[in-house]
Amino acid sequence: MRVDLMRRLALVVALLVPPAAFAAEAEPLAADPALEERVMQLSHMLRCLVCQNQSIAESNAPLAVDLRNQVREQFVAGKDEDAVVEYLVARYGDFVLYLPPFKGTTLVLWLGPVLLLIGGAGWLAWRLRRRVTEAAPPLTNDERARAAALLDGTANTSQEPRS
Amino acid sequence: MKAKFLVPLFIFLLLAGFLGYGLKLNPRELPSVLIDKPAPQFRLAQLSAPDVAIANADMRGQVWLLNVWASWCVACRQEHPVLNGFSRQKVVPLIGLNYKDGADDAKAWLREHGDPYDTSLVDADGRVGIDFGVYGVPETFLIDQAGVIRYKHIGPVTPEAVRDVLLPKIAELKRAG
Amino acid sequence: MIPELGHFSLILALVLAFVQAVVPLVGASRNRLALMAVGRPAAQGQFLFIVFSFGCLTWAFVTSDFSLQLAATNSHSETPLIYKITGVWGNHEGSLLLWAMSLSLWTVAVTVFSRNLPDVFMARVLGVLGCVSTGFLSFTLITSNPFDRLLPGAAQGRDLNPLLQDPGMIIHPPLLYMGYVGFSVAFAFAIAALLSGRMDAAWARWSRPWTTVAWVFLTSGIAVGSGWAYYELGWGGWWFWDPVENASFMPWLLGTALMHSLAVTEKRGAFRSWTVLLAIGAFSLSLMGTFLVRSGVLTSVHAFATDPARGLFILALLVLVIGVSLVLFAWRAPTLSGGGSFGLVSRESALLGNNVLLAVASGSVLLGTLYPLFIDALNLGKISVGPPYFETVFVPLMTPVIVLMMIGPFVRWKGDDGDRILRKVAPGLVASAALGLGLAFAIGHVSWRTVLGLSLAAWVLIGSIQILVQRIADRRGAAPGARLRSIPSSWWGMWLAHLGIGVFIIGVTMVGSLNTQIQVKMMPGDTAQLAGYTFTFRGVKDSPGANYAAARATLDVTRGDSKIATLNPEKRFYQAQQMPMTEASIDIGPFRDVYVNLGDQLEDGAWVVGLFYRPFISWIWLGCTLMALGGVFAAADRRYRRLAEREVPVGAAARQVA
Repeated sequence: MRVDLMRRLALVVALLVPPAAFAAEAEPLAADPALEERVMQLSHMLRCLVCQNQSIAESNAPLAVDLRNQVREQFVAGKDEDAVVEYLVARYGDFVLYLPPFKGTTLVLWLGPVLLLIGGAGWLAWRLRRRVTEAAPPLTNDERARAAALLDGTANTSQEPRS
Repeated sequence: MKAKFLVPLFIFLLLAGFLGYGLKLNPRELPSVLIDKPAPQFRLAQLSAPDVAIANADMRGQVWLLNVWASWCVACRQEHPVLNGFSRQKVVPLIGLNYKDGADDAKAWLREHGDPYDTSLVDADGRVGIDFGVYGVPETFLIDQAGVIRYKHIGPVTPEAVRDVLLPKIAELKRAG
Repeated sequence: MIPELGHFSLILALVLAFVQAVVPLVGASRNRLALMAVGRPAAQGQFLFIVFSFGCLTWAFVTSDFSLQLAATNSHSETPLIYKITGVWGNHEGSLLLWAMSLSLWTVAVTVFSRNLPDVFMARVLGVLGCVSTGFLSFTLITSNPFDRLLPGAAQGRDLNPLLQDPGMIIHPPLLYMGYVGFSVAFAFAIAALLSGRMDAAWARWSRPWTTVAWVFLTSGIAVGSGWAYYELGWGGWWFWDPVENASFMPWLLGTALMHSLAVTEKRGAFRSWTVLLAIGAFSLSLMGTFLVRSGVLTSVHAFATDPARGLFILALLVLVIGVSLVLFAWRAPTLSGGGSFGLVSRESALLGNNVLLAVASGSVLLGTLYPLFIDALNLGKISVGPPYFETVFVPLMTPVIVLMMIGPFVRWKGDDGDRILRKVAPGLVASAALGLGLAFAIGHVSWRTVLGLSLAAWVLIGSIQILVQRIADRRGAAPGARLRSIPSSWWGMWLAHLGIGVFIIGVTMVGSLNTQIQVKMMPGDTAQLAGYTFTFRGVKDSPGANYAAARATLDVTRGDSKIATLNPEKRFYQAQQMPMTEASIDIGPFRDVYVNLGDQLEDGAWVVGLFYRPFISWIWLGCTLMALGGVFAAADRRYRRLAEREVPVGAAARQVA
């Protein structure tokens, strides 16, 4: 949720470039573009409760607009990202967060991929070790060779390796 | 049949069980996190008397209902006759929270459809609504003598909801208090 | 009258699907050639009836027959012709019919292009496909009949959702469905092989081109869908990890694993039970995607209007199809052990390693997508799992896949020397890491994600060059041109697809690191600056379309003194649907997109304009195009054609084997 310094700088630079002489420089919609950037960054992490799976940054539903205003007001009042998140969670619950917090009910969610990875790696290691030691069953191999030879058109194409 | 080859089948059946159960759930209904917590602080003007504000303290000592409504809310029309009937029974005070509405529109709407509310509080900018975790209108909160939220009904109140849920809960709270 | 013909035709198709499901399977089990031979004509007849039925539905849309419920709710007499046609599948019922038509098309393709398959095997494949088709056609007819009448007919239709009135939506659903459904062929081959109890290199070779072509469709379908989201949703984003997007991405991941696993099974006869499981898994995830999109168990921007009764029907279908397959798997797979042996360091190990990682990634996406449902079902509350979660989990899982992906092609089949491989790849890996870090500094955005992304992309590019050089060097003696020509098409396919992933990563990393945007209030003549570009607002004109009113703005984009583009973003209002829409206007460039959308008009007459700078974003789709192209090359390899030409001997040989 940290605001990207470079992005902010780029924005500031973009705004400081002097406008062409004949035209007026358009005003940013937000009074404070840097603040707006921060509001939008956080808004992308927050779910619009009445929408079909959109963040409050993407939605223009009245509640999403209200919540964005809340976020902005609280930033202006000097609260940081964590405090704003806490404020919203106190009212709407974890449902409002697109990044679920790490706690009892999300244990499987957060550890699941790690466990899957460990399980997969373990199975892989076991499988490979077994594979190295075991000999191929002769019958199947024989059949496989026969089929492969017939399918390949035997030796005349074998100089063309396929990979 | 080696056991390990049954693993995919079991995982799938478990998943299918959850998916089947999921058909009965409503992914869009969000239970309130404020249940059994003190109602948020508010101090709001009344629709009929803009100069007289009402705050939490004014409701202390009694069980009451807070119904969030607005003249632009279509589903509110559906529940309105139910609320009218409910208020005639004079069980508990029914306070309206007129959410993000214009005062004139709101008053006209009450004249047209009847006014079941003991009074309606004006939440023009929706701030108190956010404090209550309101995400859709109508919503109805049941608040006890100590000012703690005991129950939240999401969506239009139906006669069945009044009979089977709200009235028993109110009676229970009154007994306890 | 015409809708009734379509309805009737669909019923006939169901009857034929049932015949196709039962008769050949019975024939195969009793070894009766006459019964087995029924499969092919049944499949072809079924296809004709479905196409006719689909044509009838399209006719009702094109002629604005609003006595047809579906046309009345999804079309309008003023809708442009092309969107009348695409409106046919812009809804639940019609898209199911499209699903069934794709399945039928694949089946017919199997009957045409795999004539050399042994009769018993072919009968089983067609039987399995017939079962799936029977399930989906009865689902369509029983719960979602597209030919329901509206009595009395409506005077005017309600029009197609404006979001879907877009060129991207013309091809996205057909491509995606061809991809989803295409995995049914690999699935049917796997089930047929399980039924016969024999699966060998020949089986893998038959499956491979089909799987690859399905994967090409799925890749293209996902890419087009993401492109549509990019310019139509108006936020400049291209992937949202929405449940419906995930539903297409999970089969893609498993399908990718399947393609690679099939390669090993074909060449070395190994991983057979794993390959079968992947074939079942890829198709199962496609089916589950259908369930997720249509049942309403998850909220999504893209979901169809949902209905629990339909959900229950698909779930039953899902349990039947997948459950039976997995029972069959548990019963027959234990006999499939064996195959060629290989060393710890070998091409086989590398491919299996990547397979496992892709499966884990797919499983993690599934976990994240369904987790809110699990928690809700266990009454533990409501939570949301969104893009930040998936990005956190997915990047670390895919990193080793990308690294291993470029090591694999250096490793020999059967067994190789670990030190030799290390000597080959270590310089490239070190150089990539250094390059990634250097580039991150050069673009002035040093975050771990940028460094990682650029390093991985550098590794893919360096590795690709290295592989190509080695491949050419392997043929000593021949002239360079002859060496290049001797490389088979499938190798180029692999090379291109892997290169495409590198290009894709560049796009993702650059746009994630350097994109900028700003919303400004503009009056005619006003200018705004973003990322070195000057935007001059020329004003707004009315520009009505056939079924919408629109305000069309004109903005000149300049950079320094040179004019770059004139952009015309629109704000539309679709009358029939009473829905406002923003149409972004984009100047697409090789190294950046400049993206403009038009917001509301303010009280003082100024317009809200969103300006977006998206560096390298087209590389995302360029990468997907290369991947798909790679798939086309792989599937077009000569040896599959030779397979088709040598019909008689192969058929006889395979019959001996099977």
